[in-house]
Amino acid sequence: MEYGLDKRSNALKIFNTTFIIVWLLVACFPFIWTFWGSFKVRADFFSRADWWYAITAFNTLIETGGKFTTDAYSQAWTEGEFWKASRNTVIVTFFVVTISLFLGTLGAYALSRSTRNYAFWILIAALIFRAMPHITLVSGYLFPFFQLQIWGILPTTIVVLVAINQPFTLWLLYSFFKTVPKELDESALIDGCSYFQAFRHIIMPVMWPGVITAGLFSLMLAYNDFTVTALLLNQENHTMVPKIQSYLGTNQHEGNLMWAVSAVVSATAPLFMLVMFFQRQVISGLTAGAVKG
Amino acid sequence: MPNKTFFWFFLPTGLAMILFIGLPIISTGIQSFYAQHDQVVKEVKKCDPFGCTVSIVVDQEKTSKIREEKPLGKFNGFGTYVDRNHLAIEEIGKFWNETNSFGEFVDQVTNLPFYKALIFTLTYCLFVTPNVLLLGFIIALSLNAVTRRIRGPLIFGTILPMIVTPLVGSLVLFWMIDAEGIIGANLQMLMDDPYLSLKSSKTLTWITIIIYGIWHHSPFAFVVFYAALQTVPQEPVEAAIIDGASRWQRVRHIVLPHIYPVVTFVALISLMDNFRVFEPIIGFSAEGSAQSLSWLIYDNLVNEEVILFGSAAATSMMTIVGIAILLAPVLIRTWKEFRTAR
Repeated sequence: MEYGLDKRSNALKIFNTTFIIVWLLVACFPFIWTFWGSFKVRADFFSRADWWYAITAFNTLIETGGKFTTDAYSQAWTEGEFWKASRNTVIVTFFVVTISLFLGTLGAYALSRSTRNYAFWILIAALIFRAMPHITLVSGYLFPFFQLQIWGILPTTIVVLVAINQPFTLWLLYSFFKTVPKELDESALIDGCSYFQAFRHIIMPVMWPGVITAGLFSLMLAYNDFTVTALLLNQENHTMVPKIQSYLGTNQHEGNLMWAVSAVVSATAPLFMLVMFFQRQVISGLTAGAVKG
Repeated sequence: MPNKTFFWFFLPTGLAMILFIGLPIISTGIQSFYAQHDQVVKEVKKCDPFGCTVSIVVDQEKTSKIREEKPLGKFNGFGTYVDRNHLAIEEIGKFWNETNSFGEFVDQVTNLPFYKALIFTLTYCLFVTPNVLLLGFIIALSLNAVTRRIRGPLIFGTILPMIVTPLVGSLVLFWMIDAEGIIGANLQMLMDDPYLSLKSSKTLTWITIIIYGIWHHSPFAFVVFYAALQTVPQEPVEAAIIDGASRWQRVRHIVLPHIYPVVTFVALISLMDNFRVFEPIIGFSAEGSAQSLSWLIYDNLVNEEVILFGSAAATSMMTIVGIAILLAPVLIRTWKEFRTAR
């Protein structure tokens, strides 16, 4: 915002710049530091003697002969079976995103084109469902899933994550479809299309900006989930986040804490890249429904 | 849209939500009225040359049989809700009669697991939510004053804490704050106390988790406020400048009233999210001194011997009641608006 009339004093400019630099440092430094540390041995990154070792790589030099080591990565990915966890994450994320978008677009389109009272109540119910802490839902799942013997497998988790994700997807796509002019599909209806044909031929070609945003959020939910995946999957099927937690639990192993560090970096890097590419969509998604008040 | 078409369009998503959000809530409700079976015991008479002794042992066979027959457990009514690990009605009555001062009574009550967790959860919400709003607003204002060209990367840096999962976010901070990490070690040096550790004291742990919460949630508030700031109309701002309004007066009387609806939205969302605080407790390994309601449920569900379904369900139901109380003002407002709109 450039106000023609608005002159900022120098003191304010300096304060502003300092504040932003300090905030960015607070926001980003932990990640940079962890990335840096993941290439060291444990004795350096978690140094009992001197934290400066993490920079000079004192022990890394002694133990591996180089200033940087990728031991933690190779061990976590092979011995720690992080490859399996990341494969599971890819499977879960892919199916959660596709299924939630499929269900979400249909449902949200119907909600945005309905003028009845129940559409309003469904949206309110979705808001209430959105507020439910996931752990309370999990405590409802566990017992029936044990009884039906569908606990621990990937498909169950996928369906559960899709359902948990629906309220948010519905709200997001609902506010998106509201911005698509009604006249578009109404003219198709007058020309003799059914609602489904109108959706298929008129709405689908123009809905991709909204769908990409909704897809990003489903992806982040599925990728980041801990509560559901940790409690509904067995050891074998764990995705990345519960896997990281399992490395923490077995601390007696010298290497394991560094496994967790390298796993954290491995899991975070793809997410950061994705957000870098789709920053605009993420921000528009977060503000959808909010800015209109 | 006709009802029939609406039905078919909405059926898949509606079914998913009913089956996996609606039913689980009911299932939780039912489970909360049951408790796990007691172990069946039997007396075993054992005789040796020095005489006979009667000892009581667990009858494994009968116990597992009864568990198989009624997997849900025995009916307990509201028993789980009022037991020591939940509302602890009896214990509170006892404390009331036995303690001499009110302070002592409060002290005793807040040591009960449920109240301890409730107090932590509320403290966390109470400190994190306002600070998130404030910090998010300040970041939005300052970023809004930066040249447009470099805003993109700055925004990317700002939203990083929000996009990582809470477990990873808290771990990344924990590794720095830990006594062996960069911040922890420097703090020890600064305070000249080699045994200083953020984990060692309850207050410090709480402060750490609250700071983490502000760090994690502020970017969300920032993004929403930033977008709202783009919609502030320019004319009143310019008029105010001509009339000699100071920067603060402009923010107070023009910008804030304009984005007020957004503030309530952010406050509501972040209150809902903060109320379910859980992963940072695991990330900071702070189970010892900080427990939240969600953590209590998790702890019951990962119990090693036998999963405490009933106990977890009772805590869940009370958490849902808590959420309902938080949401009530919003729902009532929406309902009124809806009625006047008709």
